Amino acid sequence: MEVKGKSKGILKRISGPVVTAVDLDAHMYDVVKVGDEQLMGEVIKIDGDDTIIQVYEATDGIRPGEPVENTGMSLAVELGPGLLTSIYDGIQRPLEVLMEKMGSFIERGVSAPGLDHAKKWEFKPLKKKGDEAGPGAIIGEVQETNIVTRIMVPPNFRGGKIKDIKKGEFTVDDVVCTLDSGEEVTMMQKWPVRVPRPVFEKKNPDIPLITGQRILDGLFPVAKGGTAAIPGPFGSGKTVTQQALAKWSDAEIVVYIGCGERGNEMTEVLTEFPELEDPKSGKPLMERTILIANTSNMPVAAREASVYTGITIAEYFRDMGYDVSLMADSTSRWAEAMREISSRLEEMPGEEGYPAYLSARLSEFYERAGRVETLDRGFGSITVIGAVSPPGGDFSEPVTQNTLRIVKCFWALDAKLSQRRHFPAINWLNSYSLYLDSLSSYYDENVSPEWNPLRVWAMGVLQKESELQEIVQLVGSDALPDEEQVTIEVARLLREVFLQQNAFDPVDTFCSMEKQFDIMKAIRKYADLGYDAQKSGAPIAAIVDVKAKNELVQIKFIADYKSELDKILKQMDTEFAKVKEA
Amino acid sequence: MKEYRTISKVQGPLVFVEKTEPVGYSELVNIVQSDGQIKRGQVLDTSDEIVVVQVFESTAGIGRDSGVRFLGETIKMPVGKDMLGRILSGGGKPKDGGPEIVPEERLEITGAAINPYARASPDEFIQTGISTIDATNTLVRGQKLPIFSGSGLPHNEIALQIARQAKVPGSDEQFAVVFAAMGITKEEENQFMADFERTGALEHAVVFLNLADDPAVERIITPRLALTTAEYLAFELDYHVLVILTDMTNYCEALRQIGAAREEVPGRRGYPGYMYTDLASLYERAGIIKGKKGSVTQFSILTMPGDDITHPIPDLSGYITEGQIVVSRELHRKGIYPPINVMPSLSRLMNLGIGEGMTREDHKKVSDQMYAGYAEGVDLRGLVAIVGKDALSERDRLFLEFADLFEDKFVRQGHDEDRSIEDSLDLGWELLATLPEDQLTRIDREMIHKYHPKYRKKE
Repeated sequence: MEVKGKSKGILKRISGPVVTAVDLDAHMYDVVKVGDEQLMGEVIKIDGDDTIIQVYEATDGIRPGEPVENTGMSLAVELGPGLLTSIYDGIQRPLEVLMEKMGSFIERGVSAPGLDHAKKWEFKPLKKKGDEAGPGAIIGEVQETNIVTRIMVPPNFRGGKIKDIKKGEFTVDDVVCTLDSGEEVTMMQKWPVRVPRPVFEKKNPDIPLITGQRILDGLFPVAKGGTAAIPGPFGSGKTVTQQALAKWSDAEIVVYIGCGERGNEMTEVLTEFPELEDPKSGKPLMERTILIANTSNMPVAAREASVYTGITIAEYFRDMGYDVSLMADSTSRWAEAMREISSRLEEMPGEEGYPAYLSARLSEFYERAGRVETLDRGFGSITVIGAVSPPGGDFSEPVTQNTLRIVKCFWALDAKLSQRRHFPAINWLNSYSLYLDSLSSYYDENVSPEWNPLRVWAMGVLQKESELQEIVQLVGSDALPDEEQVTIEVARLLREVFLQQNAFDPVDTFCSMEKQFDIMKAIRKYADLGYDAQKSGAPIAAIVDVKAKNELVQIKFIADYKSELDKILKQMDTEFAKVKEA
Repeated sequence: MKEYRTISKVQGPLVFVEKTEPVGYSELVNIVQSDGQIKRGQVLDTSDEIVVVQVFESTAGIGRDSGVRFLGETIKMPVGKDMLGRILSGGGKPKDGGPEIVPEERLEITGAAINPYARASPDEFIQTGISTIDATNTLVRGQKLPIFSGSGLPHNEIALQIARQAKVPGSDEQFAVVFAAMGITKEEENQFMADFERTGALEHAVVFLNLADDPAVERIITPRLALTTAEYLAFELDYHVLVILTDMTNYCEALRQIGAAREEVPGRRGYPGYMYTDLASLYERAGIIKGKKGSVTQFSILTMPGDDITHPIPDLSGYITEGQIVVSRELHRKGIYPPINVMPSLSRLMNLGIGEGMTREDHKKVSDQMYAGYAEGVDLRGLVAIVGKDALSERDRLFLEFADLFEDKFVRQGHDEDRSIEDSLDLGWELLATLPEDQLTRIDREMIHKYHPKYRKKE
């Protein structure tokens, strides 16, 4: 932000992404230009005359004696119109621009601003001369995609009365508004990524983020402004789940951070999102999305920064009053980047070689989520959903454990489930959501008063099934009492019909709350009729053989399911009537 | 060129040199021994006072009297069209008695990252002729799919069968194989070379050989040379390149050896904390680039120490690669070839390359249903061991039999048996037909009516 005075120094040592400079006036986290090629770096340690710098690009060929220049600014992102639909690397360089400048491979020493400074945007003022405009106040807007970017007085301004406000087409550098404090507002603001943007007040989250995923919405909901973690071994479906959330959750803005993950996965998002429609607006999903792609083979220091770049962009949209959801895939790679840099600094390691400040960094990051009253007195939220990749699928490792201490929602992925292609492979016994209580009134009012009791019932059946399965493993299911055999059958329906969801089926990929409720009710109906028939002495084989219940699976793949469902329910009644007669 | 005689310390593969002029990070180094022998190395750490050099060959013979020359450039690989058909050492020197490579270009071996924005989505189905891969863990062009195996299992045979049979149905574009061996035995080398010669594959292959008795540190550059060559063939000369890297476990051991010599803080099981990033810098060099005709598909082989899939090497690999093919000792003991266990196997890019217009519309659902059925059958085996087969219900008995059939008919096939995708899927349907129709919950009714053998016969 403010320039603290430039200064020049000389490189003394180069060891991979960490370099040491001498004779440099620097402050912690100042951005510096390293070497003749001016590679971008950041000050991470000051020790006597030595300044230690992490470099965001490969340092091959750089020699001691080359110059280092301090820009006097901390790592900041450019915030303004033009963010939406963009795809950036970890330090907000647009990948499209990088491709134009250096071709298909990412070479180094190329800088590219986060926003297009030449493009003109239509600025529509929302305030007029003489109006009060404090820090964070919304003074105008730009219709960007189908989403409006609201132009705000930067939160670090003093603010004041508007002396002059313009209307028309401007670039992001043009002054659109002057305040009587002498401050000039442009459509772009710069904000240092490691500093959370201020809000008026944090609120408690009490509205669910509807994701269209039955197991999440139904059993383990996350609130708008909440935090959730998805840990799981490789191949258990973290990325598919993250992408399903990015696609279908009812947030207004989605920030997707591919942090140290696969290049082809980002390409998949890039090719798929523009073609998919937002179920709410009917517009391409890409229009509400910002992607940050720092793949595993891109520089590790930029990977460390990518998470901060993402959350700062999310905060900017939250300050406009939007509900933002942020997916970080994967926070383990971020933690590993910290570990790598820390070990280059020869810091005393904590658990498993991770730095001792791992826990602090993780909690600082997740704490930037939340539902807030903005400086403009509007409401906005950031929901943070972090994937965790525990080595060997062992949840006792430091990143998973430190994450669990902070987040309120835990969606435990299970390799056993994914191996039998039960997707989403979220284990219903180990997962939890601490938002159930604060969200329950929302469900009463917006879904049905029956919803909360139904969920409690379903969880009970699944819990009971896991106990019964232990017995079945020993003696076989025929040895169970009839009543419990019905329970086993009901649990199977819950698993196969309700919990399993096919992310690749055009209909089943998104399931509305109404449909979730209808499916759950249908299963409950089978359970009620089943127990009733069993009590009146019907043979268990006949109850299990009821054909109608097997038809329920097909409901998932039908868009207009209502009439088909009615048919199945009627058939169920008839079949049970026969069962009881016999 | 200035030669320094200021070596202050030699430790394992590392040589410490004092009082030099400024030396660039990653720069290439020649060390001249008193007997005139020249060894190659690379700068790992550079400062005013001391430069740390990692030597790619044995440090035997290097002493205080050895000279050190800094070459002023990072390691480059000479590449050219005449590389096809050549056999090179793990350090890139000709090993077949032929002439040096005539370089058309000299490329940095570290290789820059492909801009994710420049990548094209891999969606071209590669038919390997192996049912457990084609039908249930489909490989696509530009994918990186490793084989997770164990010592004594036939992973080499599987890799060779894939290299022999892999093709994109209906296309006759030029393809090449780049084969990089790291620390394999002479016997294994012979096995690969004999097969390459038998099938004539050598003509369009480039082979890099670092054998078990070659310097371990050389293994650090072998895969990088191979991938640089592959990228050149793919993105400059429009080849579809299949890269086979074997054995990644030996590569990781070499990485650990250097980490230990540098006295770095070790991560899990003594492997360096940056192993994920290092492996990614190899595995991520696969893919397709928009506007270029060629592609790089990677097939790496690693042996899991103690068959443990949670060991850091398979674990970190699995987090980077786009799936894995797991070879099972249990199936191997049953005498089934290829002993691929589909349950822990996975192809992440499968869904991009299958379905209507690519393979067949029922592909995904048949695959899911077979997984579910096989998983259930395998579970029941545990139960049968306790209560006996007679205690099973009729439904359970069918699933149990399905699992046996699946292994015997679907998994098992001959070394030279090249099944088309249609054959594999039809075979799948045949096996699924042994299950009650209402148990096929993963398949919608329309597909069942179209493909289930019961309805097909009526036509």
